[in-house]
Amino acid sequence: MTASSIAVAEPGARLPGEGRGGRLRAAFRSRRLIVGTAIVGFFVLVAVIGPFFISNPNQIGGPQYAGPSLHYWLGTTQTGQDVFAQLVVSTRASLEIGVGAALLAAFVSIVIGITGGYAGGIVDDVLSLLSNVVLVIPTLPLVIVILAYVKSNGLLPLIVIIALTSWAASARVLRAQTLSVRNREYVLSARASGERLWRIVFVEIMPNELPIIVSNFIFGMIFAILTQAALAFIGLGDPTLLTWGNMLNIAYSDEALAIGAWWWIIPPGLCIALLGMGLALINFSLDELLNPRLRVYRRARARTPGAL
Amino acid sequence: MRFLLRKVGFYLIAAWVAVTLNFLLPQLIPGNPVEVLIAKMQQAGPTPPDEAQILTKLLGLGTGNIFQKYWGYLDSLAHLRLGLSVSDFPTPVATEISSSIYWTLILVGTATVISFVLGIVGGTLVGWKRGSKLDAIIPATTLLTAMPYFWFGLILVYVFATNVFHILPASNGYNTNSSLVPGWSWAFFGSAVQHAILPALSIIVTSVGGWLLGMRNMMVATLSDDYVVAAEAKGLRSSRIMIGYAARNAVLPSISGFAISLGFVVSGAIAMEYVFSYPGIGFKLVQAVGSDDYPLMQGIFLVITLAVLAANLIVDLLYGVIDPRTRIAR
Repeated sequence: MTASSIAVAEPGARLPGEGRGGRLRAAFRSRRLIVGTAIVGFFVLVAVIGPFFISNPNQIGGPQYAGPSLHYWLGTTQTGQDVFAQLVVSTRASLEIGVGAALLAAFVSIVIGITGGYAGGIVDDVLSLLSNVVLVIPTLPLVIVILAYVKSNGLLPLIVIIALTSWAASARVLRAQTLSVRNREYVLSARASGERLWRIVFVEIMPNELPIIVSNFIFGMIFAILTQAALAFIGLGDPTLLTWGNMLNIAYSDEALAIGAWWWIIPPGLCIALLGMGLALINFSLDELLNPRLRVYRRARARTPGAL
Repeated sequence: MRFLLRKVGFYLIAAWVAVTLNFLLPQLIPGNPVEVLIAKMQQAGPTPPDEAQILTKLLGLGTGNIFQKYWGYLDSLAHLRLGLSVSDFPTPVATEISSSIYWTLILVGTATVISFVLGIVGGTLVGWKRGSKLDAIIPATTLLTAMPYFWFGLILVYVFATNVFHILPASNGYNTNSSLVPGWSWAFFGSAVQHAILPALSIIVTSVGGWLLGMRNMMVATLSDDYVVAAEAKGLRSSRIMIGYAARNAVLPSISGFAISLGFVVSGAIAMEYVFSYPGIGFKLVQAVGSDDYPLMQGIFLVITLAVLAANLIVDLLYGVIDPRTRIAR
């Protein structure tokens, strides 16, 4: 829903007296963008360098179900593993799945959305129908049965399956935007002057859709991380891989709830929620930045009685 | 009329795709699943002699070319020959599904409606008071929306059922320790409601943010439209402008976006039911996955997908009533 509201804004629409510099300055003033970037940046940092500072997360033999202490910041698991170490190491795989699936989904949506919107006619009809059908078929049950049938472990199959079931919403938005851009004068003139097709698509059309693509990418990341967590939690994760979802799966099946080991249950889910919140905040402020209609002017309140 | 036909036609195509996917996907199973399934069944008890043939047809693994297999599969579906469940042998898959679907329909349906109404009303108010302190709600809702349903369910169990307060049941759909039998009795009804509170809460809390944020954004966008300014200039009561002018139009994208959201809710509900051991179809699916119960998985996938398609068709048709512009066939 938020993704589609971007499409409302004319590409490059600006308020009078506002240049690119003004937009950038507005970006830096947006507290939501700063907070969101800080959160996401923190997780990326942990994913990249965190594992180097951490002892082996699979090391067993510590005290069982020990609460948080100076030695074990987030306590231990049923087999005496360090929850904090697991949490840090999990960050990497969780992020990899998020970024990988979102990238692939973005690629598929760009190909299908822009092709359909640009080509028009029967190609467009078929591709639109395809996107709409994929959109209404619920994703998780589909992913669950595929994974249960193929029984494949590892990151790549998971990334591919999540991506192939989650591109449709973005493709629809991109198609709508391409439809509105393709008959603008600058595209027509590029076509009239005999530019090659790939140049028209990649240089004239796609840059105009970059905000939508970025926004969809961010949503795709949230979606992929949540999907992976749910899959791992119900037991369809690669057991050799440490992710937040796998941690929750093991905690739940080892009766962490009954024992009251909140330090094992709360942190992985909180990480997912915080990372998702950071990404959503970035998206939200990008939305406001690119869609002038969403911007709220505090000073203007006195002039519009309705806002009181 | 054309609007109706187009909508129904589209959902028929979507249903056909789902049915066909359900036929093609079992081809991915490595080895000979029918042999494995039959072996498992024979361990569990006497197996009907034609079961192997039924499973072969259902999983699309019979002899002949792909069209003959497809025909055999469609024939099985049409006669509701969905095979026997392996994990709960020898209950037929059709019985497994019909005994669990109502739990999910009622729980997820009610929770979705509550969450939708709360989100729309909340989004209307927050959008109306745009730029005020109420906007601070937004970062909080993004946190709620990004929470995995099942994880929030775990926290609810920890707080309200097992560890902090012991006021609500942690699992099952009704009190299975007593002599209660599912049926139309007040005792059963009360027990079922009590057991539904935490699962419903975990759906509502984690899904309300999406509706709220979408509605808030559309309200803010709509409020800057000229016709709203004109209504203000006419001096209409602000409650009338908010509800009758702005919210009325701002709610449309939320309704047309229902398809995507419902998919999310249904997906979230699967893992949530697992947390609460809720006797719904999502928990059945997880159990089926855990024991490689292919016929049950196949049946559940089909039923969930068709149910979501049906719900979307209803909402789409409703949308045509609410927004007359969409009824004009292009």
